[in-house]
Amino acid sequence: MKKALRDKSLFTMAAWPVALVMFFPIFWMLLSGFKTEVEAVSSPPRLVFQPTLENYAAVWQRADYVRHAANSVIISLGSTLLALALALPAAYAMAFFPTRRTKNALLWMLSTKMLPPVGALVPIYLLFRDLGLLDKRLGLLAVYTLVNLPIVVWMLFAFFKDVPREVLEAARMDGAGPAREMLNLLLPLSLPGIASTALLAVILAWNESFWSLNLTAAKAAPLTAFMASFSSPEGLFWAKLSAASTMAIAPIVVFGWLSQRQLVRGLTFGAVK
Amino acid sequence: MSRRQVPGPDQPAARRLRPISRTLPLKLPSLGVLFLWAVVPLVMTLWFSFQRYNLLNPGERGFARLENYRFLLTDPGLARALINTLLLVGGVLAVTVVGGTLLAVLFDQSFFGRGVARILVIAPFFVMPTVSALIWKNMLMDPVNGVLAFLMRLVGLGPIDWFARAPLAAIVIIVAWQWLPFALLVLLTALQSLDSESREAARLDGAGPIASFLFITLPHLRRAIGVVIMIETIFLLMVFAEIFVTTAGGPGLATTNLAFLIYRFALLDFDIGVASAGGILAIVLANVVAVFLIRSVARNLEA
Amino acid sequence: MANVRLRDIRKSFGTVEVIKGVDLDVADRQLAVVVGPSGCGKSTLLRLIAGLEEITSGDLWIDGERMNDVPPAKRRLAMVFQSYALYPHMSVAENLGFSLKLARVPKETRREKVKEAARILQIEPLLGRKPKELSGGERQRVAIGRAIVRNPRVFLFDEPLSNLDAALRVQMRLEVMRLHDELKATMLYVTHDQVEAMTMADVIIVLNAGTIEQVGTPLDVYHHPRNLFVAGFIGSPRMNFMPATVTSVGEATARLSLPGGAALDVPADPQRLRAGDALSLGARPEHLALSEGGALRGEALVIERLGNVTFVHVSLEDGPMLTVQAASDEPVRVHDRVSVRLGGEDAHLFDGAGLAMPRVPQDHKET
Repeated sequence: MKKALRDKSLFTMAAWPVALVMFFPIFWMLLSGFKTEVEAVSSPPRLVFQPTLENYAAVWQRADYVRHAANSVIISLGSTLLALALALPAAYAMAFFPTRRTKNALLWMLSTKMLPPVGALVPIYLLFRDLGLLDKRLGLLAVYTLVNLPIVVWMLFAFFKDVPREVLEAARMDGAGPAREMLNLLLPLSLPGIASTALLAVILAWNESFWSLNLTAAKAAPLTAFMASFSSPEGLFWAKLSAASTMAIAPIVVFGWLSQRQLVRGLTFGAVK
Repeated sequence: MSRRQVPGPDQPAARRLRPISRTLPLKLPSLGVLFLWAVVPLVMTLWFSFQRYNLLNPGERGFARLENYRFLLTDPGLARALINTLLLVGGVLAVTVVGGTLLAVLFDQSFFGRGVARILVIAPFFVMPTVSALIWKNMLMDPVNGVLAFLMRLVGLGPIDWFARAPLAAIVIIVAWQWLPFALLVLLTALQSLDSESREAARLDGAGPIASFLFITLPHLRRAIGVVIMIETIFLLMVFAEIFVTTAGGPGLATTNLAFLIYRFALLDFDIGVASAGGILAIVLANVVAVFLIRSVARNLEA
Repeated sequence: MANVRLRDIRKSFGTVEVIKGVDLDVADRQLAVVVGPSGCGKSTLLRLIAGLEEITSGDLWIDGERMNDVPPAKRRLAMVFQSYALYPHMSVAENLGFSLKLARVPKETRREKVKEAARILQIEPLLGRKPKELSGGERQRVAIGRAIVRNPRVFLFDEPLSNLDAALRVQMRLEVMRLHDELKATMLYVTHDQVEAMTMADVIIVLNAGTIEQVGTPLDVYHHPRNLFVAGFIGSPRMNFMPATVTSVGEATARLSLPGGAALDVPADPQRLRAGDALSLGARPEHLALSEGGALRGEALVIERLGNVTFVHVSLEDGPMLTVQAASDEPVRVHDRVSVRLGGEDAHLFDGAGLAMPRVPQDHKET
């Protein structure tokens, strides 16, 4: 099998440089978080150094960082839970009791996701201003729930449809009423699907960078907006920037790694499975 | 198709077999709430686009007819913004689709440490756009201390001051870096549905690796590539954070795309009327792409 | 006591009518097999009886009770699905006992019933496993066991053996028949495989495009098919068909002209035939023979030697292909010219509308 081994080595030599190059910025950010500020801006860039935790400590001690991190957590989890609460019954109804209009309803939901947010910026901004929702966590939470709802409904619908119909019919013949059917059958069988849907919603909410930048300020800003406030050029703070960034993205990158396969379905609205 | 309601004590049984009116309450919250979210802002934007309304002069309100549209369409910034939008979307699409296809073929092969390599390649997609932009701008693209500058000096070339000399290219690089994993993931998933028997048949027919790629792999990926292009286009039209964080649209208008232009009218100039007209323009543009995507998804729903 | 009665059952999906007025009686303890080609509606019919689909019009009675509006679980039926439909996240024991758990049967009784069903099907060692760890045949048994545990009035089987390989299918067929004998239950079995139907059934119901073509015992349906469809569907290899014209009609016989000009005398009811009538003649392979001087002449194109019997496919000079059954040591070779003999008493006659003609005059009626 020499050819197979040779091919495998060739592909290894082709693929790994790509992987390393793509990952490099994240790697560099990770590394720089453990450097001192002087080391971080040094040229030539240093790969070997004495790691320190001072940056992480400094960032963590900043009360505003903690607050913004908490905002991200609350808003992402909150909007995901709310979206699930709204979407689960709808997806259940559409998957198991479809009507003539079900398909159109789903496609319409999809189309709302394709609306450019700038188109709604003006009215939403004014509305929030008049309702006092600007720079309030609740406001952003509501927006994210609505923004993610189409994808959540879609993914749940797709996962529900994947449950083999005959298994549910067998339960019906065994005497399961609709409530039992949901609890004992549907939920266990579609739990992985519900989990990946939730994961995707959290990822999308955490990373959302339009509404968070425009509708929040010092109090309710999640990490996306908070990090954006570092965009003014101050050369001597790269190490802290790296530490803050690493903390901001770490959980989501891990979530993404865990759910990458299921993501494709959700992100392409089921067009690719 | 309506079904007859059977009167009688056996209602729970009837409910199971006559679902239509019963499931509406399950669907109504989602559909209703989404309807409000979709329609209300749209209608308001439309209305505002025909109004003279500037938050800095709140007294001067009135019906503006097509004034806002005329102002927008004759504004030199709009032409620039549209061109930039086109360049941005086109540039990122080119890099991600071509790169994504090649990488998908590569990562479909077996090689050592494929699982780990895949994790590394995918990671950029999950980094929040503001952080990506900051890392790239400061630590990689800084013309004095950035890593890229160092590498360029290493090979004897002078460092590029990205955000002064080639700002749009810099934005394209940042956005492409984030979206390449998406294209890779989608195309790799599609590729893995190509059964090995087709490939083996091609090999027996005498197809070498290039012929196999061109005549077997690529046609199979056509639909997935179409989906990737459509979805990326929809989201790339809305690129905002990266511009906001790095260049704020500048220098001048060099990196202003349609989304940023409208934002500027709305929240920097506070010209609600013109911003709304711009919003309508953006919606129309996005709709064109959306129609194609919806059709493609609808076809998939039949399957 | 569990008999099933259907009267003028119709089922439409939208504007398409798939079951077009079915009348059926299945007596207590019968193993009734509904057989027909793909798309004939047999699964739909079963699902109507089970209650998984709504009956558009007509009446369904089980044991004298009208069941049209009774939900599936209350009909006291059990169904074995084609894909087994086992609960993937539950163990075999939990799968078997699920219906009892829903009915709040106490745990001890539940355990006993599960063990009993497992014993009958010889799946006791599998009780702790999950469905994905089982083979196809084992899953099939668990699906049947789930039905047994419910102690239903009627067992419904929806093509349960089609997902198994050939050898396993034969074995499971015997299992089902043994079960039927041991449980003494009414069973309604749906399949597209006429061999299954012939070997298992007490009564066969031949269904085609939503209507019943014939109901009868296997041998009944085999020897006295009521129309062209049943004649061609039942029996493997398929019955041979050829066009025939009536040349003359006698007292109790008719003379037919076959392809190639050969003549054949068949018993017939003279009141039903006239000279010049165009009929279809059906003859089963075992009623044809390769012999010198046979009326039909042709060339042996394909020879299938099964070991215990041989089938010779003969291409007639001017006419269709015939399948002739021959002895296992029949010496004919491919491309040999052969002649085929057919006995008139064994032939089936079908009129222009495809209906079988009775073979004896009307006053000697046969069913």
